[in-house]
Amino acid sequence: MNTVTLKINGREVTAKEGTSVLEAARSLGIDIPTLCAYEELESAGVCRLCMVEITRGKKTRLVTSCVYPVENGLEVQTETDRVNNIRRMLIELLLPVAPSGPINALAKRFGVEKSRFKLEGPKEAPTNCSLCGLCVRYCEQVKGEHAVGFLGRGVNRKVALMADKGDECAFCRQCYSLCNSGRFVEMAEVFPDQP
Amino acid sequence: MKKLKSVVALKQFQEGLLAEQKGIKKSIAICEGTGCHAYKSGAVADTFENEIRRRGLEGRIIIRRTGCHGFCERGPMAKIFPEKVFYFQVKPEDVPEIVEATILKGELVDRLLFLDEKTGKRCAYQDEIPFYMLQNQVVFGNNFMISPRSIEDYIAAGGYSALAKALSTMSPVDVLEEIKKSGLRGRGGGGFPAGIKWETTRNAPGDPKYVIVNADEGDPGAYMDRSILEGNPHSVLEGLMLGAFAIGSTKGFVYVRQEYTIAIENLPVAIEQAKQLGLLGENILGTDFSFDVMIHQGAGAFVSGESSALMSAIEGRVGEPRPKYIRTAVKGVWDKPSNLNNVETWANVPLIINNGSEWFRSLGTEGSKGTKIFSLVGKVKYTGLVEVPMGVSVRQIVYDIGGGIRNDRKFKAVQTGGPSGGCIPEKFLDLPVDFDELSQVGSMMGSGGMIVMDEDTCMVDVAKYFTNFLADESCGKCVPCREGLRQMKRILTDITEGRGEPADLETLEELGAFMKDASLCALGQTAANPVLSTLNYFRDEYEAHVRDKKCPARVCRELIVFHIDPRKCSGCGTCRKQCPTNAISGDKKIVHIVDQEKCIKCGTCFQVCPARFSAVTRLPGGPAPAPVPYGTAVVQKAKGESK
Repeated sequence: MNTVTLKINGREVTAKEGTSVLEAARSLGIDIPTLCAYEELESAGVCRLCMVEITRGKKTRLVTSCVYPVENGLEVQTETDRVNNIRRMLIELLLPVAPSGPINALAKRFGVEKSRFKLEGPKEAPTNCSLCGLCVRYCEQVKGEHAVGFLGRGVNRKVALMADKGDECAFCRQCYSLCNSGRFVEMAEVFPDQP
Repeated sequence: MKKLKSVVALKQFQEGLLAEQKGIKKSIAICEGTGCHAYKSGAVADTFENEIRRRGLEGRIIIRRTGCHGFCERGPMAKIFPEKVFYFQVKPEDVPEIVEATILKGELVDRLLFLDEKTGKRCAYQDEIPFYMLQNQVVFGNNFMISPRSIEDYIAAGGYSALAKALSTMSPVDVLEEIKKSGLRGRGGGGFPAGIKWETTRNAPGDPKYVIVNADEGDPGAYMDRSILEGNPHSVLEGLMLGAFAIGSTKGFVYVRQEYTIAIENLPVAIEQAKQLGLLGENILGTDFSFDVMIHQGAGAFVSGESSALMSAIEGRVGEPRPKYIRTAVKGVWDKPSNLNNVETWANVPLIINNGSEWFRSLGTEGSKGTKIFSLVGKVKYTGLVEVPMGVSVRQIVYDIGGGIRNDRKFKAVQTGGPSGGCIPEKFLDLPVDFDELSQVGSMMGSGGMIVMDEDTCMVDVAKYFTNFLADESCGKCVPCREGLRQMKRILTDITEGRGEPADLETLEELGAFMKDASLCALGQTAANPVLSTLNYFRDEYEAHVRDKKCPARVCRELIVFHIDPRKCSGCGTCRKQCPTNAISGDKKIVHIVDQEKCIKCGTCFQVCPARFSAVTRLPGGPAPAPVPYGTAVVQKAKGESK
C-alpha cells in the first residue's frame, strides 16, 4: 500500500493512502473534536466539528477532515481562528438542542459561555440528541440491522426506534455507549431494569 | 412502426412525413402545458376536434395538443398555422367561430387576439405581441409544432437529425469538442461548463458510465424544465443520447419528480416510440452505438436535486447528499462515473450539434452563451415562460416582456435563483442577466426562476418564506444547515412578529456566513442567500421591523394595524357584518371603530370596504390613532360626491 506524507500543525506525518486527515491527525495525538466519527463506521461528515483548514500551493480552504483523504504535500491546520469560530458556532447551535453532557464539555473546551440561540414553539423542546447518527449507522453497518433510523427531514429530523425491531433492540443496546449527547443515557435511566 | 436501420432510413422517414403533411392546409396548435391544462384547454381541443369532424374537414386540418407556449397568463392558447395567428383565453364556445372565420375564411376573431394596452392595438401574430417580441425561442420554439406524444411530429420538425449527424459524421470526441467549444453551461444551478463535466466523466476510470437528466426542478415558481419535458420529451432524450455517445455511456436515467404528472405520462410514451423506431436500444440507426434509458421517479424531496443526493436516490437509498471530495462526474451512481445535467441543458445539445458551436456562441454574452428560459412570475402583468438570449437586462424582462408591474405599483425587487438565490433591487434593473452578473450582485441564475415583487411585498417576509421552505426541505443531516435554518427561521419569525432585537441582524449575518463555510452540500451553503441578499439591499426594512416595530410594506400581520378613517367612513356596516371576531362596532350613519384588542388582522374589513369609500386603512404599525367616541355621526357628503 502506498503512503503519503503531509504536515499537520507543522508536524510531518506519514499515512496510508486513503486514510482521512482526521485519522492522520489522531495518530499524532492531535485532538480534533468530533461527534459523528467512530472508527468502526464509515465517515458521515455531518457534525462538521472536525473541519480544518488545508493549504495546497497558495490556496487555503476549509474541509471536513473525517472525509478528506490525505495527500502528499498537504498542509493542515486544525486550530485556526476560522476553524475554531466554526466550532464555537456549532456548539452554540447545538446547546439548546442537547444541553447535557458532551456538548457542554465541548462548550467549556472552546470557551462558549452561553448560547444566543433558543428553541421555541410547541414542537421544539430539547431532545438531548445532536442527530450525529452514530446509533443509526452502528445499527446499520455493524449490527446489520435497521432498528434505529431517522424520521423526517430538515428541522423535523429525529432519531427513532423502528417498532418491528423492538425484540432485537431491547437486548442489544450496543449503541448506548456510543451516544454523544446523553439521549440514550437518559433512556437507560428511565428503563434501568432492562438488561 | 418499422425500425429505422440507418441514417438514410431516418432521412427517408422524415421526408415521407413531410410529404404527407403537404396535403394539409392548416393546423391548429392547442397548448396543453400545465398552465393551459389547468385552464381546461383539453375541452377546447376536444371542441376543435368535434367541430372539424362535424364539418367534414378531417384529414385536411390537423389539431395538435402541444406542450407549453409560454404565455401562461393568457391560456388556453391556440395558434393557427400557416398564418401563425395567435388566440388567447379561448373557451370551447369560441371554437365554432374560429373554425368558421379563421380556418375557412381566413378572417380574424378580434376579441380573442392579444390587446396591447400601451398602443390599444390588437395583435394577431406572435411577433407583434410584446411578450414574445424580445424572445428567441430556440429551445422552446418547437413546442408549437410537436405533439409530445408523437415521435413523427418531432422527426418531421427535424428531430433526431443531430443524433444522425453525430453517428454518421462525427466521432465521440468531435461531439465533446463541439459542446466544449459552444460554451454551454449547466442550466440547473451553478452554471458549470457542460463540456468540461462531460470530459471528466469520459476520462474517469470505471465502467459502465451513466448519463442522467435532472428533472427534479423544485424552486418555488419555476417550471421551465417541466414544460420542456412535458412538451418536447424527445429533445431531452436526443440530447442525452448525444451526451452518452460523447462520454461513452450506454445507460441513462431520467430523474423526474413524481409531481410532474404530465411529464411522467409523456416520457414513457416517448421512450417506447423511440425504441420502436430503433432510436433507442441496441445498434441505434444501424451503428455500433447502443443506449437505453430508465425513468426514476423522485419521492418528493427538494434536496434530491443535489447531485449526490439524486444519485443516492437512484441507487435506491434515501435521497440525501453525501460528503464528497470526489465529484459525482468521477464517482457517482454505484461509484461509477456519472454525468448529470438538467433538462434544459440536455435540450440545448441537439441544437448545438445541428447548428454548430459558432451559432450557439453568437447568442448570449461573453461568459454565458445561448438562451435561457425564465419563469417570469409574481407581480408582473404578463406571467409565463420566457426564453431570451443571455444578457438581456432585468428591465427588459420585467417591463418589455412582462409588461411592467401589475396595477401600476412600483417595482421593488426581483428574486432569482430560487431558495438558493437572492433578491435584486431596483438599482440593478439594467443588469444584463447571465451567470456571472447575477452572482456578482449576490444572487444566482439557478434554474431560472424570476419572481417579481412590488412595493407591497415585505422583504423580511420574503426571506422568512424561503427560510421556512429550506428549513422543511433541507435533509437535516448536517448541523450548520439544520440548526442554522432552525435559528434563522426563529429569528425572522420574531422580527416579523415584533419581537426582534437590534442584535438579531448581526446574528443573521454571522449565521449566514457560517452556513456558507460549514455546510455539507450546496443547499446548506447557499441557504442563507435569501436572508443575506435582503439584509444587504433592504436593511432599512429589517430595521423598521426591529426598531420601530413597523412593517413598511404592510404585510406582517402582527405589526400592522387596521384603522377606519372617521372622515371617510359612511357607516354602511359592510365591514362590521363581515368581521369574523366582531371587532368592529358602529351603526347606520355612525362612524365604525376597530377594537384593536379583538382584531385578528385578517384583513377582511380592508377588502370589503367599498372602493368608493376606501375608509379602512392598513397602517405599517401601531399604536392605532385614538378612536373617535362611539356614536360619532359620519361626515355627510354632498350628493354625487364620492370621496
